Amino acid sequence: MTLSPKLRKWLLYAGVAAVVAYCLAPFYWMLVSSLRRTSDIFANSPFPTRLSFENYLAVLDPSESFTRALLNSLVVAGTTTAVALVLATFTAYAMARLEFRLKRLVLTLIIATSMFPVVSLVVPLLKMFVDFGWINSYQAMIVPSMSFTLPLAVWNLTAFFRQMPDELEHAAMVDGCTRGQAFRKIIIPLAAPGMFTTAIITFIAAWNEFLIALSMTNKPEMQTAPVAISTFSGASQFETPFGSQMAAGVLVTVPLVIMVLLFQRRIVAGLTAGAAK
Amino acid sequence: MVTTQNQAAPVPRAPAPPAERPRRRPRATSGTGRLAALLVSPTLLVLTVVVLYPTLVALKDSLYGTPGLNPKTGFVNESDPFVGLQNYGAIFGAAGARFWNAFWNTTFLTVTTVALETVIGIAMALIMHRAFQGRALVRASILVPWAIPTAVSGLLWRWIFNSNGVANALTGQHILWTTEGFHAKLAVIIADVWKTAPFIGLLVLAGLQVISKEVYEAARIDGAGALRQFWNITLPLVKPALLVAVLFRTLDALRMFDLPYILIGAKKTSVETLSMLAQDQAANVRFGPAAAYAVILFVYVFLIALAFVRLLGADVLGDDGPARTRRRWLPRRRTEVAA
Repeated sequence: MTLSPKLRKWLLYAGVAAVVAYCLAPFYWMLVSSLRRTSDIFANSPFPTRLSFENYLAVLDPSESFTRALLNSLVVAGTTTAVALVLATFTAYAMARLEFRLKRLVLTLIIATSMFPVVSLVVPLLKMFVDFGWINSYQAMIVPSMSFTLPLAVWNLTAFFRQMPDELEHAAMVDGCTRGQAFRKIIIPLAAPGMFTTAIITFIAAWNEFLIALSMTNKPEMQTAPVAISTFSGASQFETPFGSQMAAGVLVTVPLVIMVLLFQRRIVAGLTAGAAK
Repeated sequence: MVTTQNQAAPVPRAPAPPAERPRRRPRATSGTGRLAALLVSPTLLVLTVVVLYPTLVALKDSLYGTPGLNPKTGFVNESDPFVGLQNYGAIFGAAGARFWNAFWNTTFLTVTTVALETVIGIAMALIMHRAFQGRALVRASILVPWAIPTAVSGLLWRWIFNSNGVANALTGQHILWTTEGFHAKLAVIIADVWKTAPFIGLLVLAGLQVISKEVYEAARIDGAGALRQFWNITLPLVKPALLVAVLFRTLDALRMFDLPYILIGAKKTSVETLSMLAQDQAANVRFGPAAAYAVILFVYVFLIALAFVRLLGADVLGDDGPARTRRRWLPRRRTEVAA
């Protein structure tokens, strides 16, 4: 390279700034817009002229049932994550540690599942749940969500289990542990960070799910937060309440952004271990 | 489950069962088959219920029609009439216009978004790979678009692309982005690329960090310029990670639903994708045609995945038995992005 080191350094800073701006600018815009007064929502200044929380008050108003939607999201995504994590732990252990016939086939099947177009599962499941009378129920959203969270969790955890040295387990088994005990007493505690990471990634995936939640509900009180804000009409029927929508968007996103900020290292490790190979 | 397994495992001091068959030489792996089956079966069972069964039902449903000619009357008969391949016939015949439009929209959006994401993602990864200061900040910020629910990002971009919104203000244009037309497609592409390019960047970065510095040193000694190094070293070495990332993004883009649905709206010709078409049919209780659309999308996704794995050699499994696992284990430890 013929560029001077100093210039290269500045170019690099500019590049980093560009990446950060690219990623954060739209999110910042959502934040700023949510803090504007309704009267100056169309202002294009980079800061709110007058800080106002009226949009948040409007969204959190009990008549909007948005808090209920947040609660629904929490229940659906939380349960989905918990169930997927338990099942995936067993499977991932077998995938990473045990040699058995058809292992490759099982792994292929599990990965292939995660590539399925959700809509081709939702249509028959919707029909089935209509027959069961399950529409507008939590289970009607949790069960189909397994189709993408479970493969994701299995894949992530398999990568984590593979990273742990075999020797620990062998040592435990030499000391008289059965495989099951070695798994429970040695592997699970050691895998806790990986399971935690997988839980975060799975939770975010489940929290962001839209198509299933949209199809399985038609009552506002059973909608999850992403569905609720997409149908958000706000106080006035005649104009799109962008301010409230942005405030609702911030409320749905902030828990995830906080998680991302706190656990960024782990999330990156989990995402790249599971996906980049 | 663990207790069952414990009972099954041989306990040293327990008296041997009298009528035991002559035991094979005990090996470290003895009994793992049963244990594996035990551990794997719950997952397989759940996936059978939520994936395999619905797929088979979709195949069956796609052969059944909608009771009554006018579904708007709301009368749903007890059973759907068997219509054979009529739903498919309609897709390629009478209802063809809407299907082909959705098919081309899906394909167009997939190709453009994935191409742009790949280019921008690689550029991001190269920048991040060089950066040593502020790495935590960069890493946290590239996760933000990924963590924002697509539904929320749809709303966010609808706000940005509002006729009085910031996109028009910044560019000095007066485009009605979220109405029908090519600009609607463009809006979806921009929003999707924003959300997912950082993700590709992240995966490529992980791939970059596995490449050892010596390779570049050798290339530099041999007199290779920066561009040449990128083309002949970086790209080939990062290809496995990139290929898997692109495959996953492609399959994800093929089933795109939330973003165009929220950003532009349902039943908009400009951006209606196959997923939206199938969902719209299902929402109007036309399960037969909906299933047929879903099956076609499924086949499409399957063919693309097969092409990636067969033609391009994407290593999706990343596991070819114990030897391969061991070999790949070492570099993989370093894929974690260093602080």
